[in-house]
Amino acid sequence: MVVKVTTENFDEEVLKSDKRVVVDFNADWCGPCRMLGPVIEQLSNEHPEVKFVSVNIDHEDELAEEYMISSIPCLVVFKDGAEIRRSVGFKPKDALLQLLG
Amino acid sequence: MYDIIIIGAGTAGMTAAIYARRASKSVLVLEAGAYGGQIINTPDIENYPVEAHISGYDFATKLYEQTAALGAEFAFERAEKIELNGDVKTVVTPYNRYEAKAVIIATGSSNRKLGLPREDELTGRGVSYCATCDGSFFKGKKVAVVGGGNTALEDALYLSDIAETVYLIHRRGDFRGDEATAKRLADKQNVKFVLFSRVTALIAEKRLTGIEVTKNDGTVSTIDLNGLFVAVGRIPENRKFGNVLELDGAGYAVSGESCRTITPGVFVAGDNRAKEVRQLVTAAADGATAATEAVKYLNTL
Repeated sequence: MVVKVTTENFDEEVLKSDKRVVVDFNADWCGPCRMLGPVIEQLSNEHPEVKFVSVNIDHEDELAEEYMISSIPCLVVFKDGAEIRRSVGFKPKDALLQLLG
Repeated sequence: MYDIIIIGAGTAGMTAAIYARRASKSVLVLEAGAYGGQIINTPDIENYPVEAHISGYDFATKLYEQTAALGAEFAFERAEKIELNGDVKTVVTPYNRYEAKAVIIATGSSNRKLGLPREDELTGRGVSYCATCDGSFFKGKKVAVVGGGNTALEDALYLSDIAETVYLIHRRGDFRGDEATAKRLADKQNVKFVLFSRVTALIAEKRLTGIEVTKNDGTVSTIDLNGLFVAVGRIPENRKFGNVLELDGAGYAVSGESCRTITPGVFVAGDNRAKEVRQLVTAAADGATAATEAVKYLNTL
């Protein structure tokens, strides 16, 4: 399951998470984001060891600013509160598996 | 063995699949990314007959559902090459080898890059190839558009309503793009023309902060920026299929209106074909033509 995250609970859900976290920065108007959504959902079901969360950049512009998002969809991978990798644009499942590491 | 393998699930490829399925041919569509192709980046399509407004995502999804409902199979795998063995064509992906009697290459095109150091790494960190996708991240900021064609001019116009300042950087003094759009840009207070100039370096730590610009006379300067939009054209995705296609100087596949190529049983449809107009409706038209010609070809075997 992919959990929606906001500025309020980003610390708790992402930065303080024990698990590796993949944050999907997206927006409703973004076609490639809507294409990517189901792939992320599928990955989240197949990889319970990783946490998948979603941030709507139109509602959470502070987070978009803080993490220097300038193109979506943008997936940012966090480990122990720090960014370790990111990927921009639609990617098929195989490529995303590599991103999980 | 399939009757027809279609490489690329964009508008051309999926329309070809519809026509081929309605002619009762077995069809496999191969796609390296998401179905829909380039159109999924377009927020609002206003020039496709019948629908006055539709998002690129909805257009692509409807087309995909229509194609799948007619019985076309899809495999989300990248076609790496086509091997010919008599009348049999084998399309090779990283995972499989698929055989068909006919192949339609509908691979479209991709964004041409500037070819500068760190360009890939900075994509999504200030460097973009799609103003309508990423423009909203630059409200009240400084951006530049590089290029001289219609896309560059339209991107600059679009961004001029969002950003504080838009620099338009072009290596020549006049634009290939529409004169009316160029005039509208000249009237915009916040658009600055940087002509006879090329972008020669990207300046960045974690994120793009500026560019180095070199004038044709060799003078070098820097511009502080938050975003750089690259609109220097597109590259047809034909490079892997040079063994079955004749390519023109720009890499487009040469064919007449029949969409036939130099290889019997291999057809080309959509933006990767050499032609004058590359629009959604002409991509669909190519798909219909290529599939009809492919069916004709199959009936001669």
